[in-house]
Amino acid sequence: MAVLSASTGAGKQKKASNFRRASLPYLYLVPAFLLMGVITFYPLVYQVIISFTNFETKHLLKQLADPTLKFIGFKNYIDIITGALPVQNFAFFRVLVYNFWWAISNVAVHVPAGVLIAVLLNTQGLWFKRIYRAMYILPVVIPPVVIAAVWRNIFDEQYGAMNQLLNSIAPLLGYKELISIGWLTDYTFPIPWLLPTGPLPLAYYAMMIANFWLGWPFMTMVATGALQSIPKDLYEAASIDGASAQQQFWNITVPLLRPAMIPAAVYGFTMSFNLFAFVYFMTGGGPARTTEILVTFAYDLVRNLRLFGVAAAFAVIVFFVALTVFLVTNRITGATESYEG
Amino acid sequence: MTTQSQTQKQNPIVRFFNMNTSGEVGGRKLPLWRQMLLQLLTFLILAEVMFPIMYIVTLSLSSKTTRPSSLQLFPTEFSFGAYQQVVDHPTANPVSFLELLRNSFLLSFGVGFIALLVAVTAAYAFSRFKFKMRQVLMVMVFIPLLMPAIGLATPLYLLMNQFRIVDCGKGQTALAPITTCDQTKGKIIFNLRDSLLGVGIAMTAGALPFAVWNLKGYLDTIPKELEEAAAIDGADPNQIFFLIVLPLAIPQLAVTFFLGFIGHWQEFALPWLFLSKPGDYTLAMTLYNMQGQYANAIPWNRFSAFAIIVALPVAIIYIALQKYIVGGLTTGGVKG
Repeated sequence: MAVLSASTGAGKQKKASNFRRASLPYLYLVPAFLLMGVITFYPLVYQVIISFTNFETKHLLKQLADPTLKFIGFKNYIDIITGALPVQNFAFFRVLVYNFWWAISNVAVHVPAGVLIAVLLNTQGLWFKRIYRAMYILPVVIPPVVIAAVWRNIFDEQYGAMNQLLNSIAPLLGYKELISIGWLTDYTFPIPWLLPTGPLPLAYYAMMIANFWLGWPFMTMVATGALQSIPKDLYEAASIDGASAQQQFWNITVPLLRPAMIPAAVYGFTMSFNLFAFVYFMTGGGPARTTEILVTFAYDLVRNLRLFGVAAAFAVIVFFVALTVFLVTNRITGATESYEG
Repeated sequence: MTTQSQTQKQNPIVRFFNMNTSGEVGGRKLPLWRQMLLQLLTFLILAEVMFPIMYIVTLSLSSKTTRPSSLQLFPTEFSFGAYQQVVDHPTANPVSFLELLRNSFLLSFGVGFIALLVAVTAAYAFSRFKFKMRQVLMVMVFIPLLMPAIGLATPLYLLMNQFRIVDCGKGQTALAPITTCDQTKGKIIFNLRDSLLGVGIAMTAGALPFAVWNLKGYLDTIPKELEEAAAIDGADPNQIFFLIVLPLAIPQLAVTFFLGFIGHWQEFALPWLFLSKPGDYTLAMTLYNMQGQYANAIPWNRFSAFAIIVALPVAIIYIALQKYIVGGLTTGGVKG
C-alpha cells in the first residue's frame, strides 16, 4: 500500500507514508528493545552501580535505599586485583592465567588430534569407515553437563572407573598394591618422577582427559569436511613429483586445512574459556581454587560467598576480559577469511 | 571450482557422512599390514570414545545398588530397575520425576519460544532496513552476547529478589516493592527470584540477543528479489514480512528454537542460583545434586540411569537436526 500511495503523488499522503516507512524499522525493533531494556540493559547499568558499593546479604531487602549501603568507589575492583578479598585461596592473576592456559592447552590438544584422526579416517581403502565415523560423533551429541557428571564419577577416588582401569592394568606390569588416586581432590601427584607437583593440580590433568574426550570429535568433524574439499589431483601431482606422504601432509593438507581449522579453534577456545558447567560439575574449581576459571569464581561470589558488590565488580572485569578475547579472536578469524578469499 | 565451493558450503556433519568411502578413487590399494595397523589405531580411538559410554550404560543396567568393585564395561544383566526407581523417586526430596521433567520443559520451551517471538522482527529490521542508529543498535544487541551467561546473574538476582508478594497477616497482602508491610513478620508467598518465571526471565536475557543475531544471519541469506517483486505488486512492508519472509524463515526459526532448546535443557547456573524450592528443580539441577554432596547416598546405577535420561532428548534432537546444527553453532559461536 505504501508504494501505491506514494505513486499517486498526493502531497499529504506521500508525507505520511514516508513517515510510516521511516518509522517502520523502529517499530519492528520495539518489542526486542523494550524487553532487553528491562531484562538486559537496566540490569547491566544496575550491575555497574552495585559494583561501586559494599552490597551484601543484609542489603537485599532495601537495596539502594538501604542507609547502610555505602558507595566505596573502586575498592571492590582494587580488592579483586590485589587479592584483598575476604576469600580464601584467591589470587586474580593466577586465576586469569590459569583460565587462559586452560583454554589454550585444550585447543592445542584438540585441534591436532582432531586433524590427525580425520586424516586417518580419510585413508583410502580403510575398512569400516562409516561405522567409525558414526561412532566418533557420539561425544558431540551428549550434553556437556551429563559428560561432566559422568567423568566426575569416573575419576572418583574409591570406585571410579579410572582407578579400576589402572588396577586391572597395573598387575600386568608387576605392580601389586591397590591404586586409589583422588584425581579431583589430591594435592600431591601419585608418581612424582613422571609428573612433578607444579603449579597445575592433578585435577587439571583429569579435566584435560575428560575435556579431550569431549573436544576432539568436533574438530574431526570440521577437519573431515575441509579434507574433502582438497582436490585429489594435488596429491597425485605431488606424488608424481616425488613428494613423500609426510611432505604431502605438511605442504598440502596442513595449509589447505588452515582456513577451516582456525575458526573452529577460535570457537573451541571461546567455549573452553567459559566452560562453566563442565568445571563446576567436575571440581567446582577445587581443590583450593586451583582449577577455578573466571566464570566459576564469579558464580561462587554470588551463590556461596554472597558478596554481591564484589560479584558485580568481578562481572564487569570479566566483561572486559571477554571483550579483549573477542577483539583478538575476531582479528584472527577475520585475517583467515581474507586469506581464504 | 563450482562443485568445490558447493562442498565447502555444505555442513561438516553432512560431508562427514557423505564422503566417498569406497577407496577406489586413487586406484591404490591399501597393503594388508597397513590396513591392520590403521584398524588397530581406529579401534583404539573407538575404545576411547566408548569407554565412558559403555561404563555408564553398564552401570545403569545393573540391578546392584552398591558401587561396582571392579571395572565393568559390558552389561552382565539387563535390569531396568534403576530407570524405574529414578522415575518413581528421583531424589530424596519430595519431588516427582514428572515435576522435574515439567520444570525443565517449561523453562526450555518457554524461554526458546519467547526469545524467538521477540527476536524475529528485530532480526528482520536489522537485516533489511537502512535506518539511523542501525549500527549503534546492533552493537547494543551484540554487547550482551560477549558477556558470559553468568555475567548478568548478580543484578538479575538482586532486582528480581525485590519482587515479592507478602502475606502480612490479618487478610492483608503486600506487593513489594510497590506496597510493603512489616517485612520481618510478613510471610512471603511469592518471590520472583525464587520462581521458574524469574529463572525464565533471566535465561531470556541471555537467549534473546543470541536469537536476534542468529536469525539476522539467516535472513541476510534470503534473496531480496522476492520481496522486491512483492513490493512492485503492491504489498506493503508488513505484508512482505508476514506473508513472504516469515514463511521462508520457518526452517531457520525451528533450528534456532532447537539450538536454544539444547542449551536451555542443560542450563544449570541460573536455576541453581535462583531456585531454592525442590518443587522447582530441573533435571540438570537434580543431576548435580546426585553427583555432588549426596553422591554417597545415591546408588550409582540410579545416577547412571538418570544421566542417560537427561542426555536422551538432546541426543535425539542433535541427531535429527545434525544437518543444521554445526553451522548454526559456529556462526553464533561467540557466547560460551
